[in-house]
Amino acid sequence: MSATRAALPPRQQFDEPGGRPVDRRRGSTLLRHLAVVLAAGLLLLALSYAVEPFRNFQLATVVAYFCATAGLTVLTGLNGQLSLGHGALMATGAYTVALCQTAFADRGMTGGWLLPLSLGAAVVSTVAVGAVVGVAAARLRGPYLAGVTLAVAVVVPALAVTFDGVFNGEQGLSVPVEPPPLSLGAYFPYERWQLWVTGAATLLALLLLANLIRSRYGRTFRAVRDDEVAARLAGIHVARTQVLAFVVSAATAGLGGALLAVLAQSVSPGAFSLTLSLFLLMAVVIGGLGRLTGALWGAVLLVALPDLTHSLTDMLTLSPAVAQRLEGNLPLAIFGLTLIVVMIAAPGGVQGLLSRLGRALLARRPTRRS
Amino acid sequence: MDRFVFLTVDGLSRGAVYSAFALALVLIWRAARVVNFAQGAMAVAAAYVAYTVSAATGSYWLGFVVAIVAGLLLGALVDRVVMRHVDHASPLNPVIVALGLVLLIQAVLGMVYGSEFRPAEAPFSRSALTVGGLAVLSPYDLFVFATIGVVVSGLAWMFARTPVGLRMRAAAFAPEVSRLLGVNVGGMLTLGWALASGVGALAAMLVLPTELGLHPHAMDLVFVSAFTAAVVGGLDSPPGAVVGGLVVGLVLSYVSGYAGSDLTPLAVLVLLLAVLLVRPGGLFAPVTARRV
Repeated sequence: MSATRAALPPRQQFDEPGGRPVDRRRGSTLLRHLAVVLAAGLLLLALSYAVEPFRNFQLATVVAYFCATAGLTVLTGLNGQLSLGHGALMATGAYTVALCQTAFADRGMTGGWLLPLSLGAAVVSTVAVGAVVGVAAARLRGPYLAGVTLAVAVVVPALAVTFDGVFNGEQGLSVPVEPPPLSLGAYFPYERWQLWVTGAATLLALLLLANLIRSRYGRTFRAVRDDEVAARLAGIHVARTQVLAFVVSAATAGLGGALLAVLAQSVSPGAFSLTLSLFLLMAVVIGGLGRLTGALWGAVLLVALPDLTHSLTDMLTLSPAVAQRLEGNLPLAIFGLTLIVVMIAAPGGVQGLLSRLGRALLARRPTRRS
Repeated sequence: MDRFVFLTVDGLSRGAVYSAFALALVLIWRAARVVNFAQGAMAVAAAYVAYTVSAATGSYWLGFVVAIVAGLLLGALVDRVVMRHVDHASPLNPVIVALGLVLLIQAVLGMVYGSEFRPAEAPFSRSALTVGGLAVLSPYDLFVFATIGVVVSGLAWMFARTPVGLRMRAAAFAPEVSRLLGVNVGGMLTLGWALASGVGALAAMLVLPTELGLHPHAMDLVFVSAFTAAVVGGLDSPPGAVVGGLVVGLVLSYVSGYAGSDLTPLAVLVLLLAVLLVRPGGLFAPVTARRV
C-alpha cells in the first residue's frame, strides 16, 4: 500500500539519524534504490558463480537473516519499539511455508510458482500475527513492550509442542522444496539455486522496505520514535503508525523465517527459540540500530561468528566433550559480551563507527553525534 | 474437590516463588527504572554455584546459603561493572544490555556445566501430608511459604523501619535531593541490585526442585511468569508483586490441572496481554491520567 506513496519523490529527506538534511538533487528515490538493488543482485549472481557450494549456502543464510534483521532494525531503530518476539514471527513464517509446501507436495502439485506462493502465504500469515501483537504493542511502552514480546518469544515455540497434531512437536516438519528448474541444466548446484531464491526474495523485500523508510511513512516512524506528543500534535496517528511499523517488520521477519525454512528444508521449535530472538536484536544493535546496512553487518555476523568459533575450537584440539560445549556456547558468549560492550561504548554499532570514520576521512564537516 | 484443594495449594506454593521473583524485579524497577531481564539467568547462575558447593560438600544448606550470597554478589557486580555505565537516556538501552547479559551468562553456564538437565534436590519431602483424608500440604510447600514469608516481611520491615531502607527509598525517588542530603545514592543503587539478585537466587533455589531440574534456560518461563506477576500487581508496587505472584501461581496451577500443562505458557501470555491491555498500570495502580 505504501509502494505508490514511496515512489513519489519526497520533498525533503533526512538522513538517519540526527536529522541532517541531505542533498535534494539526488533524483528519484525509487530509481536510486532500484539501482542499488540491481547492483546487489548482480553482485550476488557473480558471487554465486565465484564461490563453492557451501559458501553459497552460507551466503543464502546471511541473506535470509538480513531479511529479518532489516525489518527489526526498522521497528526498533526507526520506530523505537523493542521486539524480542521476532524469532517467534520467523517461526510463524517458517511453519506456514512448511505447511504450504507439504500440502502442495501431498497433492502432487509441481511448478515454479508454488514456492513464491508459499512464501507469500508465509508473509500473509505473519502479517496477521504481527497485526495482533502490534495492536497490543502500540499500547505498551519500554519494558512492558519488551516483556510482552519476550513472552511471545518463549510461548510461541512451545505452541508447536502443544498442538503437535499440526506442528509435529519437537520433531518439527520437513519442507519439501523442488529442485532447480531443468532449464538451468541438469547439474546446476542446488546451493546456488537456493542463493538465487533467497536473494531474489530478500532484495524485493528490501527494495520495498528502503522505499518505505524514505517515504512519508518512514518519516512518521521516526517522528513517533523521537517524540510521541510532538508527532501527535503534527497530526500523526501514533498508534496506527506503530501498528504499521510492527506489521511491516513482522512481514519481513516472516519472509526471513520462511526463507530459512526453505534453506534448511525443515522447521522445528528448537530453531526458533528465545535465543534466536535475542540474536536478531543483537545483530541489529551491533550492526547499528536503524540502518539497513547495519542490519546487513548483523546478519553477516550471525552466520560468520559461529563459523569462526567452530574453526577456532577445531584448531585448539580439545577433548570432544569440551569442544562440544564450547562450540554451541562460545558464539553466544561472544555475542552477549559484544552486545554489552557495543551498547556501552559505541551505541551506533558497526555502521555508526564506519560512517563516523568515513565522515572523518572526508572531513566535510565536523562529526556530529545523534 | 480434592483436586481443587490440591491445585490451590500447589498454585499458592508456586505463586509464592513467583511473588519473590516478581518482588526482585520490582525492587530494581523502583530503584533504577530498569526491568532486569537478566534476573532469571543471574538466578540460575547462583543456583549452579549452589549445586557445585552442595555436590562438593554434600550439604544442601551450605549450598542454599552460598546461592544467596552468590546472588547478592552477582547483583552488585552487574550494577557496578555493567549497568552503571549504560546510557539510560533511552529505556531501550538497559533492556538490550540486560539481554546481552542473558546471552553471556547462559553461554558461560553452558560452557562450564554443559546443557544437560541436572537434578535439583529438595531439602524436604515433596509428597503431600494428608489431613482428614485430603492431600494438602507437603513439607516442602511449608518450607517455601515460610522462607518467602520471612523474606517478604524482612524486606517490608527493612524499607519501612530501618535507616538504610529510608535511604534506599529516598535515593530511588529523589536522587538529586538525597545526594545533597548526604545519601550515597550510587551505593544504595548497588545495594538494591544486590538485594534483588539475592531474592531472585533464593526464588530460583525454591522453584528449581519443582521443575525439570537445573539447566541454563531453566528460569526462562519462570521469568516470564514472574514478569507477568509484577505487571499484574503493577511494577511500582511491592505488595502488588506479592499478590500478583500468588494470582499468577493460582491461574497457572488451575490451567495446568484442568486444561493440560502444555497450555500454561499460553495462559501466561494471555494473562499478561489481558492485564496490560485492560489495566496497564497493574491491578493496584492508582488511577492516573495516561501519559501520552
